[in-house]
Amino acid sequence: MEISNLPISPSIRSKLLSKGYTSLSSLSSISPSFLAQELSVKLEEAVEVLRAVSDTTTSKSAHIPYGIIPGAVTAWDMLSEEQMQRHISTGCEDLDAILGGGIHCKEVTEVGGVPGIGKTQLGIQLAVNVQIPVEYGGLGGKAVYIDTEGSFMAERAYQIAEGCIYDILDKFPSNSREFLSCKERLQVNNFLAGIFYFRICSYTEQIAVINYLENFLTEHGDVKLVIIDSVTFHFRQDFDDLAQRTRVLGGLSLRLMKLSKMFNLAVVLLNQVTTKFTDGSFQLTLALGDSWSHSCTNRIILHWNGNERCAYIEKSPSVPSASAPYLVTGKGIRGINSNFKRARIM
Amino acid sequence: MANKLINQMGLPPSLSHVFSARNILTAKDALSLPETDLMALLDIDIALARSAMASISEATCPPFQTGLALLEEKMKSGGHLSTLLPGLDIALCGGIPFGALTELVGPSGIGKSQFCLKLALLAALPECYGGLNGRVIYIDTESKFSSRRMIEIGEGSFPQIFRLQGLAQKMAGRIIVTRPTSISEFNDSLQQMKLTLLQNEVKLLIVDSIAALVSWDNEKGTISSRQSPLRGSLSFLKSISEFSRVPVVVTNQVRSHSSDDTFHYIFQGHRKDTSNSERSESHLTAALGIQWAHAVTIRLIFEAHSGHRFIKVAKSPISSPVAFPFVVESSGITLLNQEGISVAGSEINAIRCQGCNILTQ
Repeated sequence: MEISNLPISPSIRSKLLSKGYTSLSSLSSISPSFLAQELSVKLEEAVEVLRAVSDTTTSKSAHIPYGIIPGAVTAWDMLSEEQMQRHISTGCEDLDAILGGGIHCKEVTEVGGVPGIGKTQLGIQLAVNVQIPVEYGGLGGKAVYIDTEGSFMAERAYQIAEGCIYDILDKFPSNSREFLSCKERLQVNNFLAGIFYFRICSYTEQIAVINYLENFLTEHGDVKLVIIDSVTFHFRQDFDDLAQRTRVLGGLSLRLMKLSKMFNLAVVLLNQVTTKFTDGSFQLTLALGDSWSHSCTNRIILHWNGNERCAYIEKSPSVPSASAPYLVTGKGIRGINSNFKRARIM
Repeated sequence: MANKLINQMGLPPSLSHVFSARNILTAKDALSLPETDLMALLDIDIALARSAMASISEATCPPFQTGLALLEEKMKSGGHLSTLLPGLDIALCGGIPFGALTELVGPSGIGKSQFCLKLALLAALPECYGGLNGRVIYIDTESKFSSRRMIEIGEGSFPQIFRLQGLAQKMAGRIIVTRPTSISEFNDSLQQMKLTLLQNEVKLLIVDSIAALVSWDNEKGTISSRQSPLRGSLSFLKSISEFSRVPVVVTNQVRSHSSDDTFHYIFQGHRKDTSNSERSESHLTAALGIQWAHAVTIRLIFEAHSGHRFIKVAKSPISSPVAFPFVVESSGITLLNQEGISVAGSEINAIRCQGCNILTQ
């Protein structure tokens, strides 16, 4: 690797090149004070340069004694970790089944669909379901809801939380002592207090909040879900330079993936649709372009199938493509077969 | 927040000098660049670039609220403009919500402007009569605002109020009508709107109709890119409605449903083509496209079929899809059926205009 690829500032790089240091090996056995004198820079800056050089060389070193790369894990360890992972239920049993249990943690899932199909409903449902206590089969974590369009309605979150608690108490009617203490925690207000809501009004704020999330998540360690509703809105509105937009979006998705792995949480991105001209006709496809479509781990498309709402898994590394119907009811997202009373929303 | 100045963010002085020397003055300029570009532009090393981005992001990021705090805030400040149509109010959990964009879409002559006139009146009424006691800004792009008709609606719905001396004049005096003639004028008035809304106690903003603005621009032939001319104004409209907590009602036109509009995803294949072609003759679709459809919070579709007119709640975060039959009378719009008819499936998004000769009514 050459000097030009080192993460150092351009002026120092040009000084190195003008003094004749073109490859890493030329810097490998030089002392910081000598380098500082040569380049006429401060001693600290010379130390930084040499540290950058040694970081790059050790990671690419050919003589690795025991064949283990720092930071890697074996597939077996990953398997046992995955099997212990809990998933976030979507509220619809069929959808949970085809997802392999629910939304996975440590992965970025993209959900897209036409307006009115229920993306925000699914987002709010997940923000409530992630808070289901561990004793009842949930993750017992909190949620961060980043709202770019103003579609989050607190009254609807209240209805969905109420419906979720009702169903839990229905399913686990036991009155044993262990459950009593959790029952007290099953209050609608607690669920609402566990959703951290950010209202974003421009793409700058969207980038800022994703950068800031690292600090926020270190402070609030019990967050297990980050939802962005929707990731597209501002990027379709104000960005003129599409090439720059692709680069910025790429940076965003990398950062989100890193956050999900570092803090062991699930990231769900809600996306809009647009039309694309393929095979001689216009087809519906998710917005933000082809490069973005590679950035998410999983992709679910919500669509109308006749008169039914359906969720189709378009892309997933671990489960096959499948479709499941779901309903949007007064209590939130539910499956077709769940026995509920289809109540009028009052 | 995006235009926050970097030199006011509390970065170390040497760093903020470097930023201003390279003409990166606002948070927007700094955050639009990837880290490596910033490092190259400012001639600093990567660790410093990262920590600078982190500080700028933290300063630019808006504060968070919990869901509970949001709900309590809404309960305190009230959240809805009641339409005085009981069925619709129940379906929308109180009425037209504050801080959100509500769209009325339907064929011409069906009653959208009548609905807007009634809403304008309701917002101007004093609170004891169920109104918001505030001013209304009515942006009229098609010159459809008729004050005579509005007074007629007022006298029909609230006879006891309007007989009072001078009250009709006071109510009408609270409704401010503006007629922009181009998109740039519209954008300019929006920019000033932010201050106006707060200073003058405006409680409702109506844009009738927004589709007309786009069609003017098309006539002039200035559209060269695929992107809609309303982009900037759309997010601005949403944000001013949020921060001033006023309801914004927008009317949209329809256009005919061509065969290109039966969109499917690639994985759905091309089934059901024949059934769709039968429907498309009588079906219309909302103008302004799918991007606009994503942006509105609530969509009320006005349509006509089988001899009746219906208001359908097509897109709403808090209600199930229902349709209400209605008629337009001298006192404005009245619902014939307060219970509403439940509509299943994607029918809720269809707009029909048949079986009802508008001219004879």
